[in-house]
Amino acid sequence: MDSNPKENIIEEVTNKDYEFGFVTDIETDFIPKGLNEDIIRLISKKKEEPEWLLEFRLKAFRHWLTLKMPTWAHLTIPPIDFQDIIYYAAPKQRKEKKSLDEVDPELLATFDKLGISLDEQKKLSGVAVDAVMDSTSVKTTFQETLSKHGIIFMSFSEAVKQHPELVKKYLGKVVPYTDNFFAALNSAVFSDGSFCYVPKGVRCPIELSTYFRINAANTGQFERTLIVADEGAYVSYMEGCTAPQRDENQLHAAIVEIISEKDAEVKYSTVQNWYPGDKDGKGGIYNFVTKRGICRGDNAKISWTQVETGSAITWKYPSCILKGDNTVAEFYSVAVTNNYQQADTGTKMIHIGKNSRSTIISKGISAGHSQNGYRGLVKVVPEATNCRNFSQCDSLLLGDQCGAHTWPYVECGNDSSILEHEATTSKISEDQLFYCNQRGIPTEKAIGLIVNGYAKDVLNKLPMEFAVEAQKLLSITLEGSVG
Amino acid sequence: MLLNIKNLHVSIGGKEILKGFNLGVNEGEIHAIMGPNGTGKSTWAAAVTGREGYDITEGEIWYKGQNIVGMPPEERANLGIFLSFQYPVEIPGVSMQNFMRTAVNAKREYQGLPPMSMIDFTKMMKQKQAMVEITEKLQNRYVNVGFSGGEKKKNEIFQMAMLEPELSILDETDSGLDIDALRIVANGVNQLHNEHNAFVVITHYQRLLDYIVPDFVHVMYDGRIVKSGDKKLALELEEKGYEWVKELKL
Repeated sequence: MDSNPKENIIEEVTNKDYEFGFVTDIETDFIPKGLNEDIIRLISKKKEEPEWLLEFRLKAFRHWLTLKMPTWAHLTIPPIDFQDIIYYAAPKQRKEKKSLDEVDPELLATFDKLGISLDEQKKLSGVAVDAVMDSTSVKTTFQETLSKHGIIFMSFSEAVKQHPELVKKYLGKVVPYTDNFFAALNSAVFSDGSFCYVPKGVRCPIELSTYFRINAANTGQFERTLIVADEGAYVSYMEGCTAPQRDENQLHAAIVEIISEKDAEVKYSTVQNWYPGDKDGKGGIYNFVTKRGICRGDNAKISWTQVETGSAITWKYPSCILKGDNTVAEFYSVAVTNNYQQADTGTKMIHIGKNSRSTIISKGISAGHSQNGYRGLVKVVPEATNCRNFSQCDSLLLGDQCGAHTWPYVECGNDSSILEHEATTSKISEDQLFYCNQRGIPTEKAIGLIVNGYAKDVLNKLPMEFAVEAQKLLSITLEGSVG
Repeated sequence: MLLNIKNLHVSIGGKEILKGFNLGVNEGEIHAIMGPNGTGKSTWAAAVTGREGYDITEGEIWYKGQNIVGMPPEERANLGIFLSFQYPVEIPGVSMQNFMRTAVNAKREYQGLPPMSMIDFTKMMKQKQAMVEITEKLQNRYVNVGFSGGEKKKNEIFQMAMLEPELSILDETDSGLDIDALRIVANGVNQLHNEHNAFVVITHYQRLLDYIVPDFVHVMYDGRIVKSGDKKLALELEEKGYEWVKELKL
């Protein structure tokens, strides 16, 4: 239909600017481009790291040299020149910052603009934030409140200095540097991230969160997050991220490791909103992330909730190893792709403990010319008797130029376990849109409403602080995507 | 005149369904459109509300003094045209409260008014629900999901009450309703009816018109109105059957 009034709306909205695309003008400390052992030594030196950590980095780097980029994902990845990337960039600021007043006002303003207030007085009292820009942490709030409970929540670099024994004990235990190409790269050059340790029997009274911001051009971001919930502990952690709008692609290769000990529980929520590129697919972040948790002791629990709306390319499979008996793992995901975005995302649930249970709810939404894939593995080893898995993978298509794909892998090693898989593919119907229109709701808003309804099961799992943001984000990402 | 339709021709996929339809509706009036299946009654409703795919090849639809042909459906709705659907669609995951709030505030925005406060809105919902005797908690139920046939139709009238339209079109609202639900639906319409608004009731059967008493009855056949009269026409039609209409056409 050539006189379709919706066409104009599509034009309007796909031209709409990415809300977080601004650049902060701040003096930045860069190291030279390229990747070799000297660069790694330089990063380690800048961070004043102990010898063992430098060794860890170098081992990872030497291993990385033997690897090739994986090609099995349903992604078209242009060649990446790893020598053309700056591996460390940090906003310059005073060495010792004892209070908020000492953080560069420009940085505070940046985070304010992103809706992340680092002023404890002004902030919602329910969330402690670690703000990371490029390769370093700017500030971590509420540290005093947390330390009263014996909870450690600080930037990774800080943790290496203050709690080396803990970092050494857990680093690389869930995602070894040999795990994959990007994990090896991250292990060699990782800059900052968050470290969290909740001691035995402690229930963390507030939400913890890290906000990652890429600012500098031509740099990669390689953060590393390590969360440990000791026996009987509980913590809910949220992660958010944005980046400036640029024509060239930028690389982001992170690692997140979660350890949930006996009777402990970790809830991990992400709203991923890296710059997705423009409507013609120019620019955007390449997001290659390895996230994995282990339910190490009996009755341990881990849940991943992710809302993925950003990045030009996403390669990400937050997974769980259910090692202890009676452990529980959950994966709730909404992945939205529009324009020329590509996502290959999903999870792995590895059942090793008896009576372990896992749930997978994945909601893919594809629009424009995008490709959106779910890739998941449910594996039950022969010894893991009486396990349960329920997987539900739904795809929603908006328009006829996009693709939705599902690759579920199932390996069940015994007869007593029950694995269920459900999958659907649907479209937003003309009937639904007209029904909304007839009630005075414009098509744009109607799509937002319907998509949020479709993703409800997952959005409900997000902490309150995130849910509202995520709902808005879904609507914005998809505006103008039905023609 | 609130609504004035002149020589309306409507095609779907190149096939002409409405072939010169004329109708005038004043504020305060209730009109009934009757006729056999496939004569274009629902097509007429879709054309007036601006549904895509219904191509208006000729004619005009004047509403509140402007020709609304080509106007997007949401704008017509915000100007006070409401359609009670024959088959209300389900929207999973979207609560009635969220849906109605979005709709009510879309209209307010169109009128240059600020969004309604949550307190006022909740009060309004409660009050309008009572009008159509929906006693159960409606606000958290998803739009039409798991609703019985009767509940769906009551829900349509509830939405009508919330949006306070000037022109309401009821498309076969009586189909699939038992007598109690029919009474409730009709009761709701009668409460809403006043001298400033108008209703066009599309129906197959005279039964509904015992409850919603029309000022005018129009008989439709093959894409146009072939006979108009008062409510006695509906009884005559009931008695003589639709075969009689076909004769009228000639």
